[in-house]
Amino acid sequence: MGLFDKLKKKLSNVVEAVSFERLSDGLAKTRTSLVSKLKTVLFAGRKIDATLLREIEEILITSDIGVTTSEKIISRLRDRVKRDGIESADQVINVLQEEIVALIGTSPSAHNDSIFAVDAENGPHVIMVIGVNGVGKTTTIGKLAHNYKKSGKSVVIGAADTFRAAANEQLEVWAKRADVGIIQQKQGADPAAVAYDTLKSAVAKKTDVVIIDTAGRLHNKQGLMQELEKIGRVMKKIKPEAPNDIYLVLDATTGQNALQQAKEFTKVAPITGLVLTKLDGTAKGGSVIAIVDSLNMPVRYVGVGEQIDDLQVFDPEAFVAAMFEERVTVSEEETK
Amino acid sequence: MFENLSDKLESALKRLKGQNKISEENVSEALEEVRQALLDADVNLNVAKQFVESVREKSLGIEVKANVLPGQLMIKLIHDELVLLMGSKKADLIIAPQAPTVIMVAGLQGSGKTTFCAKLAYMLKKKGKQPLLVACDIYRPAAIDQLRTLAESISLPVFSKADAKPLEIATEALVYARKFGRDIVIVDTAGRLTIDEEMMKEVADIKAAIKPNEILFVCDAMTGQDAVNTAQAFNDLLELTGVVLTKLDGDTRGGAALSIKHVTGKPIKFVGTGEKMDALEPFYPERIASRILGMGDIVTLVEKAQSQIDEKEAARLEEKLKKNQFTFADFLDQMKLIKKMGSLRDLLGMIPGMDKALKGVQIDDKAFSKVEAMVLSMTLEERNSPKLLNGSRRKRIAAGSGSSIQDVNRLIKQFEDMQKMMKNMSKGKMANMFGGGMPQLPTGFRN
Ligand SMILES: Nc1nc2c(ncn2[C@@H]2O[C@H](COP(=O)(O)OP(=O)(O)OP(=O)(O)O)[C@@H](O)[C@H]2O)c(=O)[nH]1
Ligand SMILES: [Mg+2]
Repeated sequence: MGLFDKLKKKLSNVVEAVSFERLSDGLAKTRTSLVSKLKTVLFAGRKIDATLLREIEEILITSDIGVTTSEKIISRLRDRVKRDGIESADQVINVLQEEIVALIGTSPSAHNDSIFAVDAENGPHVIMVIGVNGVGKTTTIGKLAHNYKKSGKSVVIGAADTFRAAANEQLEVWAKRADVGIIQQKQGADPAAVAYDTLKSAVAKKTDVVIIDTAGRLHNKQGLMQELEKIGRVMKKIKPEAPNDIYLVLDATTGQNALQQAKEFTKVAPITGLVLTKLDGTAKGGSVIAIVDSLNMPVRYVGVGEQIDDLQVFDPEAFVAAMFEERVTVSEEETK
Repeated sequence: MFENLSDKLESALKRLKGQNKISEENVSEALEEVRQALLDADVNLNVAKQFVESVREKSLGIEVKANVLPGQLMIKLIHDELVLLMGSKKADLIIAPQAPTVIMVAGLQGSGKTTFCAKLAYMLKKKGKQPLLVACDIYRPAAIDQLRTLAESISLPVFSKADAKPLEIATEALVYARKFGRDIVIVDTAGRLTIDEEMMKEVADIKAAIKPNEILFVCDAMTGQDAVNTAQAFNDLLELTGVVLTKLDGDTRGGAALSIKHVTGKPIKFVGTGEKMDALEPFYPERIASRILGMGDIVTLVEKAQSQIDEKEAARLEEKLKKNQFTFADFLDQMKLIKKMGSLRDLLGMIPGMDKALKGVQIDDKAFSKVEAMVLSMTLEERNSPKLLNGSRRKRIAAGSGSSIQDVNRLIKQFEDMQKMMKNMSKGKMANMFGGGMPQLPTGFRN
């Protein structure tokens, strides 16, 4: 079974809307460059020595995996090479791939199967979406709402980004596209009040899912981080378990700062999952491997485009498989 | 981090002691540290490698002076080299000899284009220009509303047109600007991926039609290794005239700046340092060099402090410090001043070495308010002569400020320590650093 068949199989368990083709399209750019780079150093007959390992490590670093995690992967690779008595460089690619899967496969993201299902008894299921500026929170919320709606849930979105210009209008468009409700106040209103209102209305109307949008904020701004804490606290007054999920949205183009973001945000809003966006671009999103490795946070979804159905469930095995799948992309052919 | 890199360099170069020149052999280990620091700062791998090579060449044969640590010498060399690469002069905005000056802005999704357009317009407006903002993002939901709202907040007009393509909007905006005497036209475009051929063609077509004087690439300072690919693609297609780095108010080391400069050769013209309309600054290479190396942005801090401190007031305080007459009342003034300068964490983060020292430390701006409340609960008399503060007065202050008696005791103790320290401190140092007598922050601020 080819790796992509595997990926396809994994994804077919998921809500229909998830289209496998898009993920593979998006990841193709990542993949070709990672694999083609690896292939230039991993040719048949080449001896596996320190120089080669160093070159592989560097290639990993160009995917934003970071120095520390890359070193870790290389050390696992070195052990495997020794243990399995691998001699030729061309055999390394598969092993490398397996080791990256093994590294992130133990994280809770490995158990990412039942999605868009909620505990109907203890509703509403409250999801709060957080992250730094410009990562794609609002778009992700539109996509999430759409997926819940498609799987038969009632959804209301709370527009708690009361800061950014026209954030309300932007979210309104998404609510309309997903055909779900929205609760908002005017720009400048207290975001915690918006979240509170949204949850209150959801409880009254027995809505299944509440999704709270929040303003983008840099994680080194104490005041803004406390505001986030307050939004969570206020919702607990209505429902002690709220928010049930806190998703941190990360941009695949972000480098090592992503790790810092994950660390800081989880202090004020305990993250239950990561969403990696903009994977349809040229960026590798390798920073997420570093995060999963060092912080053991589950990745829940990946964003692969600007359309409403461009959201995929993250599966570590499929993700790494896709990263390594060889595929000639249009752009590569053209540049030849 | 600076201490980190500096320490690492120091230990890597230990063997230099007793020798008087940096040699190939003893520099290798140090350079490995440099390479790692650059990669941690998100400098692109190839750029980092080339950089390290050039530092290697320059460091060979450098004489080690008796009283300078080799690590420090290396840092200086690296810092200077970074500054050199980043463009040692600040690059100004190109203004067309004949109005209107046309500025086009492009970049990836969410990089900060729209906010930048409005900030730039605002900056130019304050300089007496009459900018027109042009809304060419017809794709992202509410993108036009966003630009409108921002423009309204700075009282500037937006040109937009329903049911028109961006090319048409941009072209007509120029006609409009000429007709109504707008001397600057700033064109906001939609975010796009470099591999989206259709969208890349669109932006190239707009460029061809409106022939901008400035084509600015807006890039998020947190961008990782991919910064080179993106910058290169935009530059190849559009022949950029400059780069804008946004979200530098975060804690990213900003290595992308070096990568972009390296692959495009185009100057970084502005940096975005916040979401507000006045959070736009010119780019200073030394600052980003320090930042990439983790040295903290001391220059910004000093400037910020200077811009807030009134010279006369500074002189008055300095005098008081000298005579050891610094009181709680002065302390309160100083605190207000610091507060005006921004969040405590932001400020402290700019001090070299603090970055590391503050790792994991919660700095609570609220601690400030707490201290402030305590001081405000003192009578004017007490503020001016802290010696009056006996047990019953302390109790009253605690009750009045909603803090514990221990809090009050600690504050007074810290204040006394501070007074003592100031007495010992040579008057010159602090004054130089802050353009006035800013007291050391009591340790209670770090909790
Ligand atoms: N903290 C901080 N936030 C910024 C800065 N510049 C922009 N932002 C924020 O980043 C987010 C994205 O900014 P936009 O200006 O909408 O970015 P854009 O490139 O126009 O985005 P699209 O049009 O969606 O591609 C918003 O939340 C802005 O408020 C900055 O310098 N610092
Ligand atoms: Mg925009």
